[in-house]
Amino acid sequence: MKYQSQKVALYYFVGALVLFLSQVSFGALAGAVYVWPNLLSETIPFSVIRMIHTNSLIVWLLMGFMGASYYLIAEEAETEIYSPLIAKIQFWLFLFGGAAAIVGYLMGIHGGREFLEQPTWIKVAIVVVALMFLFNLTMTVLKGRKTAVSMVLIVGLWGVALLFLFAFYNPVNLVLDKMFWWFVVHLWVEGVWELVMASILAFLMIKLTGVDREVVEKWLYLIVSLALFTGLLGTGHHYYWIGTPGYWQWIGSVFSTLEVAPFFAMVLFTFYMVWKGGRTHPNKAALLWCLGCSVFAFFGAGVWGFLHTLSNVNYYSHGTQITAAHGHLAFYGAYVMVNIAIMTYAMPKLIGREPYRQMLNMWGFWVTSSGVAFMTFTLTFAGTIQAHVQRFLGESYMDVQDQLGFFYILRLGSGLVVVIGAFMIVYSLFVPGREARRVSPSAHSQAAE
Amino acid sequence: MNERLSISAARNIFYGGTIFFAVIFIALVINSVNYATDSETSNASELNEKVALGKEVWERNSCINCHTLFGEGAYFAPELGNVWVRRGGREDAEGAADFIKEWMKSQPSGVEGRRQMPQFNLSEEELEGLVEFFKWTSGVNTQNWPPNDEG
Ligand code: HEM
Ligand SMILES: [Fe+2]
Repeated sequence: MKYQSQKVALYYFVGALVLFLSQVSFGALAGAVYVWPNLLSETIPFSVIRMIHTNSLIVWLLMGFMGASYYLIAEEAETEIYSPLIAKIQFWLFLFGGAAAIVGYLMGIHGGREFLEQPTWIKVAIVVVALMFLFNLTMTVLKGRKTAVSMVLIVGLWGVALLFLFAFYNPVNLVLDKMFWWFVVHLWVEGVWELVMASILAFLMIKLTGVDREVVEKWLYLIVSLALFTGLLGTGHHYYWIGTPGYWQWIGSVFSTLEVAPFFAMVLFTFYMVWKGGRTHPNKAALLWCLGCSVFAFFGAGVWGFLHTLSNVNYYSHGTQITAAHGHLAFYGAYVMVNIAIMTYAMPKLIGREPYRQMLNMWGFWVTSSGVAFMTFTLTFAGTIQAHVQRFLGESYMDVQDQLGFFYILRLGSGLVVVIGAFMIVYSLFVPGREARRVSPSAHSQAAE
Repeated sequence: MNERLSISAARNIFYGGTIFFAVIFIALVINSVNYATDSETSNASELNEKVALGKEVWERNSCINCHTLFGEGAYFAPELGNVWVRRGGREDAEGAADFIKEWMKSQPSGVEGRRQMPQFNLSEEELEGLVEFFKWTSGVNTQNWPPNDEG
């Protein structure tokens, strides 16, 4: 750590990881309700469990992005953060908003648009938090060095905030409601979040492999260009069956298929940089997460996304367990993993230690990744049967679900493995243990990252 | 990567291309908004206060976190965008309306081993709104989706 103010990232990482545990725990609970349908049905209905699962995910990923941004922006801009105080206030406000939302959900206070269930005042608080954050970040860059990494990051984050404004638009006409709902959902994960992800990976590649910034930054622009050129019109893959014109079927099919390209480019990028850099960085776990991230994102978003994105396939698969399979692997591969990558890299630096608990962290990687991968397979099988029997043969929804019980048991099992893996990861990051050596002052200035 | 491509050229391609695709996207979205609000191409003119109330009831109780609506939502319970059609609303509107209201009143079923739906304690007016909402959604032109009435 080169700049004292980078320390604010620690708040965000800790907050994010706690919410990560909440996310996977409620996820496992939801998986258990699939197996034992009467479980908690009178106390916390499935709808509320799921809401807490998805909202915890979104909030912790955003919180992680914020921590990552504060951490890397200081080094990129080569200056202290404009206001560490704003950063701290902003953190507590965000945490409070997130916690209030969850408590509210448990008491039955929520809206009813998927992922945007937060009551309006919490949405307003989120906007305030975002503005404080963006102001702070932008001011930091303005007074320091302007690199491609920080520019792409900031453009991405401004995009995240601006698109969120569509969450306030809720017309009576359901078709319009859905059209603009996807401005938040799709244009986030298949648009501006990719910018954030790519710039974090670019920063980590510069630090971990030692390849020239010049090279890394060209790759960065290539990746984010591919992401937005395809992802904007790729929104069409959600406009097939919601009351929008038929032309979206081919526009959505073509452009969303091309959305695979930026994810493939990220695989090439990370592996090529590691190969080209050829130097071994002591934080092997961080490197593992970077490589794992690009590969899992490619499979989750790219391969599993393509699987059901063509309109004539989507006609049968739309809204089945295939969608659930894809959602899990894509979110994990792209956004969970990039967050854990930067945390694994930055945590030791933030607390002034040499990389610690590398073995446990890497075990956490393999356990969690296997769990998510297996869950994806079981849901894909379940979804394929569902699409065939319900959509093609025309059996009723509930009858088909009764035939999928076996897959839901396997899914619950893999979910529990994910919970174990998540606890391993969080423990390995939070508890350096005695063996973690302090960074000696001289070594600190040498290891120039 | 390519030596001839300078960083500033790469940056300009990124910004220029993004603006290009964003403009096309926005133009198509505007066209689609017209499509979804014009009475020639949509059933938007049939929206009324009851439908609005129904949508509000749908949201307040977060039905979307179990059900799907036009295939979007949770995948824990049946599709409801076409429930009106599935329960015979086109042939017998009164029968379908009664079915939906009675259904809402009789939850949870409490049957062991079956997924449970909560009791939402809706007023007669809210139930009426919900029925109108479902009737309206079944009239949206979804390009023949779902493939059959089972949703
Ligand atoms: C990291 C990037 C991505 C994430 C996090 C992600 C996540 C998701 C999620 C959560 C949903 C379900 C939304 C809902 O609740 O209805 C979804 C739907 C979908 N995604 Fe992705 N996705 C990503 C990238 C992609 C890509 C690159 C493609 C195409 C190649 C794709 C194709 C689709 C399609 C077609 C659907 C709709 C499924 C349906 O019809 O039910 N996704 N995605
Ligand atoms: Fe999408």
